[in-house]
Amino acid sequence: MIPELGQFALILALGLTLIQASVPLLGAATQREDWMALARPAATGQFVFVAVAFLALCHAFLNDDFSVRYVAMNSNTALPTAYKIAAVWGAHEGSLLLWILILSTWTLAVTVGSRSLPEAFAARVLGVLGIVSVGMLVFTLLTSNPFERLFPAAAEGNDLNPLLQDPGLVMHPPILYSGYVGLAVPFAFAVAALLTGSLSSAWARWARPWTVAAWMFLTVGIALGSWWAYYELGWGGWWFWDPVENASFMPWLAGTALIHSLAVTERRGIFKSWTLLLAIAAFSLSLLGTFLVRSGILVSVHAFASDPARGLFILLLLSVITGGSLILYAVRARHLTVEGGFRLISRESFLLMNNILLVVATAAVLFGTLYPLFLDALGLGKISVGPPYFNTVFLIPMLPLAVLIGVGMHSAWLRTSGESLARRLALPAGVALALGITIPWLVFGRASALTMIGVSAGLWVVGAALLEPVKRVLRRGAAPMPLTRGQWGMSFAHLGVGVFILGATVTSSYNVETDSSASPGDRWEVDGYELVFRDIRRIQGPNFEATEGEFEVRRDGRLVTILTPQKRVYRVQTSPMTEAAIDVGWGRDLFVALGDPLGDGAWSLRVQVKPLIRFIWLGALIMAFGGLLAISDPRYRTKRARQEAALDPQPAESV
Amino acid sequence: MWRYLIPIGVFAVLAAFFVRGLSLNPRYVPSPLLGKPAPEFELPRLKDPGQRLGSQDLNGQVALLNVWATWCVGCRQEHGFLVELAEANDVPIYGLNWKDDRARALGWLSSLGDPYVASAFDELGEVAIDWGVYGAPETFLLARDGTVLYKHIAPLTREVWAAEFVPRIIEQCGGLPCPPADGEG
Repeated sequence: MIPELGQFALILALGLTLIQASVPLLGAATQREDWMALARPAATGQFVFVAVAFLALCHAFLNDDFSVRYVAMNSNTALPTAYKIAAVWGAHEGSLLLWILILSTWTLAVTVGSRSLPEAFAARVLGVLGIVSVGMLVFTLLTSNPFERLFPAAAEGNDLNPLLQDPGLVMHPPILYSGYVGLAVPFAFAVAALLTGSLSSAWARWARPWTVAAWMFLTVGIALGSWWAYYELGWGGWWFWDPVENASFMPWLAGTALIHSLAVTERRGIFKSWTLLLAIAAFSLSLLGTFLVRSGILVSVHAFASDPARGLFILLLLSVITGGSLILYAVRARHLTVEGGFRLISRESFLLMNNILLVVATAAVLFGTLYPLFLDALGLGKISVGPPYFNTVFLIPMLPLAVLIGVGMHSAWLRTSGESLARRLALPAGVALALGITIPWLVFGRASALTMIGVSAGLWVVGAALLEPVKRVLRRGAAPMPLTRGQWGMSFAHLGVGVFILGATVTSSYNVETDSSASPGDRWEVDGYELVFRDIRRIQGPNFEATEGEFEVRRDGRLVTILTPQKRVYRVQTSPMTEAAIDVGWGRDLFVALGDPLGDGAWSLRVQVKPLIRFIWLGALIMAFGGLLAISDPRYRTKRARQEAALDPQPAESV
Repeated sequence: MWRYLIPIGVFAVLAAFFVRGLSLNPRYVPSPLLGKPAPEFELPRLKDPGQRLGSQDLNGQVALLNVWATWCVGCRQEHGFLVELAEANDVPIYGLNWKDDRARALGWLSSLGDPYVASAFDELGEVAIDWGVYGAPETFLLARDGTVLYKHIAPLTREVWAAEFVPRIIEQCGGLPCPPADGEG
């Protein structure tokens, strides 16, 4: 009964979404207030019914209702409760429902957050979000119904994919989707602006906090995914350039570019059509990711079970949403006017370079991801594109970007004197370069050119990000103007970039990795650590059996830690899983993974020492924290936005 | 102003590729060994570790080499069909028991039937690497001179057998059954 209620709620949600996607847009076009006013109640109702459907599915999982096909395929009575909840979004159908729930949550947030906007504009934003919802709801109901019954009911469930039975994976999809789907909001703002056809760039001001919020979630979600891959896939890498990873990374790159170009459009009234295009591109890349992951069009280690019919439907949806908005763009963007110019050395031109480099990086990743498809479709053979391509083409735009970050942060709008810029930044640049060259030699005793460049770049970005805040703190009281939340946010986000660059460089350069075979009783040394293989034993988990090795790690005779990596076999799906044991540290991670038995009691082992790897995820968290600071800036919560927009299409300079 | 049409143009090209891509199977990878001599191998036999099974045992006949293991679900699925094929006696089937436990593998054969003329025991998966095996089950079709004629990834079914294997065997032998040239087995 409850699953049927869930499905019925989903159908009702679709009905309300159809209203939300049509009436307010028509109302805005014909200036009928009463039609526009329908947007908010319809969106709210949609959220309520989608939430009911989602809870119904949760209920089916918690009660082991194996008469629901999706539950029978992805759960099991022995599955721990937390993973039963995670199993709700553990496969295609449920994750799609989560996608929709998150979209309707963002929509609900927009109904609240758009109260100060002009009525017609808010109606258009909600209408566009409604169109996206309609597409996804129809997709779910027609091709991927999670409430489909199984008759006769299964006696026991097929269990959740063991790869997904992990705390990191409980949180990863909701957070990542919040980012992915959140990009629908700036997209809706951009399309609403195009529909309005107004010359104002006010929309950029309204869209900024939403874009940063979505970007924050995307940042944390990608970092969580990378962290999970690091410890769960068992081989200690943190980024694989897999199509599914790229699918989440491309919207992030485009979203990062969007955040910066929105700043220029809002403040200076230029880059207008470019910003609109980026907003469309960022969300389109999210949808493209959904398409790539769920259509089976590319080979990936963690694609969903794929189905050409689903692929075709998402492609159709992508064509309507992206194609439609790009046609609208082609028709309307040419009427946009440029409201001012800028000098070569100014914040505008550094942000322009930032945008070019980020877009080049996005295009390079997109090209590499789709290249196997291009060749195959043209009948030119089968290939796969691996990390060497991506590492190279990604690094080429990223190195100049790292240099520009520091300069851009310290330049002013309109024009900056190159001389004063050089005076301010010479010291941090010199220090970063000197330390970047000497520290790797002092600590590790060897350094390649790329390592020294990477460390220097990381330190440069960290230094440039901290320069202003540190000065203000030191001159407390004497400072003429305290930093705004937005400026603090920018400093933190860039600090995160620097920390990330340091982590990625040092880990890739000085990672020590050994594959060996060992039997209980053996002792050997890896990078200054002495390992003792003490014992190997069988243990029982709730829904798996495991072989667990026990390793003593000593340094200079002192015990550092005891590591117990496992090799698990889950009872239902009988796939072997490697659970690496990791000794976490600020300076380095010590990583031991148990491989295969080699006979005569010997095991293959992978032992790795990964310096500074925590900086990679720490950097991402700092970036996200910067985003949080920026959206908490009180200037986004002025009640006067509506009047301001009416009186002055281009908000005055405030910084 | 044509430049505003560039984005939609780029998107249209991408979408065309996606439409084409939906009808392609990216997981289908032709074996680089096709039409080339199969890699030489020699391994202990599963049933009698004292004896060896190697390339010279297979040469001179059109034969199947089936990669299997007791931990492989697909292998269990295709096993019934392999037993049927062995009973028809059209071509000899050799097994490559891959990364398996000898006792478990022998138990599997005695309880489910043994379709193989003989199985080689590749405990560490070394031969499988030479042969480019990346999952079980896989089935190779080998010509008399040891050339790889075809490779099937995934469980062998009646449909695949009829569509891909039978025509190639008939081309080699002129008809079915295709007995070993020298009667060795």
